[in-house]
Amino acid sequence: MIPVRYTQTAIALHWLTALLVVAAFPLGVYMADLALSPLKLKLISYHKWLGVTVFLLILLRLAWRVSHVPPPLPDSMPLWQRHAANGLHLLLYLLLFAIPLTGWLMSSAKGFQTVYLGVLPLPDLIGKDKALGDVLRQVHEMLNMTLLVLLLAHVAAALKHHFIERDGILARMLPFLERGDSK
Amino acid sequence: MMRLFPLIFLLLAGAAQAAEFGTLQVEKSAIAFVSRQMNVPVDGVFRKFSALIVLDPARPEAGRAQIDIDLASIDAGSAEANDEVKGKSWFNVREFPKASFSSSSVRSLGGGRFETSGRMSIKGKTLEVRAPFTLRQEKGALIVDGSFPLKRLDYGIGSGIWSDTSVVADEVQIKFHFVLTPVSK
Repeated sequence: MIPVRYTQTAIALHWLTALLVVAAFPLGVYMADLALSPLKLKLISYHKWLGVTVFLLILLRLAWRVSHVPPPLPDSMPLWQRHAANGLHLLLYLLLFAIPLTGWLMSSAKGFQTVYLGVLPLPDLIGKDKALGDVLRQVHEMLNMTLLVLLLAHVAAALKHHFIERDGILARMLPFLERGDSK
Repeated sequence: MMRLFPLIFLLLAGAAQAAEFGTLQVEKSAIAFVSRQMNVPVDGVFRKFSALIVLDPARPEAGRAQIDIDLASIDAGSAEANDEVKGKSWFNVREFPKASFSSSSVRSLGGGRFETSGRMSIKGKTLEVRAPFTLRQEKGALIVDGSFPLKRLDYGIGSGIWSDTSVVADEVQIKFHFVLTPVSK
């Protein structure tokens, strides 16, 4: 049987990721330009903890994705849109994996280990190297700007399907929308 | 027999003198520290210091040390941290450019371990500290390794907003590594 919507696990992981990314992104932008202060050190730590959590979630999501068949897209969708949707999803998975990873590496290169929730030290995969740290910071920022653009496209597409095409795609990820919408 | 004593004494004294180490190999020596920020250990070093240390491994208890650290030479892990810690609320290096340690005694802890007691002066405050260390000889040099915890707030290092120890821990681990060669005559 072909599922009509994502499993509860997939839905929970998706929205939890969304929530954490929406918190971590502006936090990262804000803290980066702060002058050194205890607040800045706290915010950097919170940002890292959010990032590590996103990293763990994305590993779970990739595991879910390879072990499940996602619900099908409606027949009304043109082929190019299917390709665009699949391509966009793949890029989002890649970015949500690569962004925390570059943040982790950047921390190590800058000589500040990541200690998850202040208790669990993550290994430093690379040694202290200021030049490399600066490069990784730029890569981290660039990937985040790409993520921002792609997320806006992702949200815009979801809203377009829901309000214009009314094809029930959003309900695959937001089950409560299904009520009153049953065929 | 009685005539031999002065000779033995001379030999012993000569041997003892020969075994006294007191020339610091600055390039091979280091004074480093580990601070904890949000429970993240961060390595730092003082790049400039002078140390007058005289130690005889046969009689470590007679050893003495006078160490002066140029606080402006601090590397606290990042450029912005280096600027910050030289400022008023941290070391205030303009008014207090040096930290110093002056030993008053050395005692054996057994098992090749020793402990020096002395006075540590930072930022106009002088407090008694104790630092355990080990000694080993390698290629004609005497290597002194030790570490001890220092409470930064005891010296008013990191006052005001920085006195919040949940962000920067009070305890800072100081590590020292001195390579000494024999006193040149």
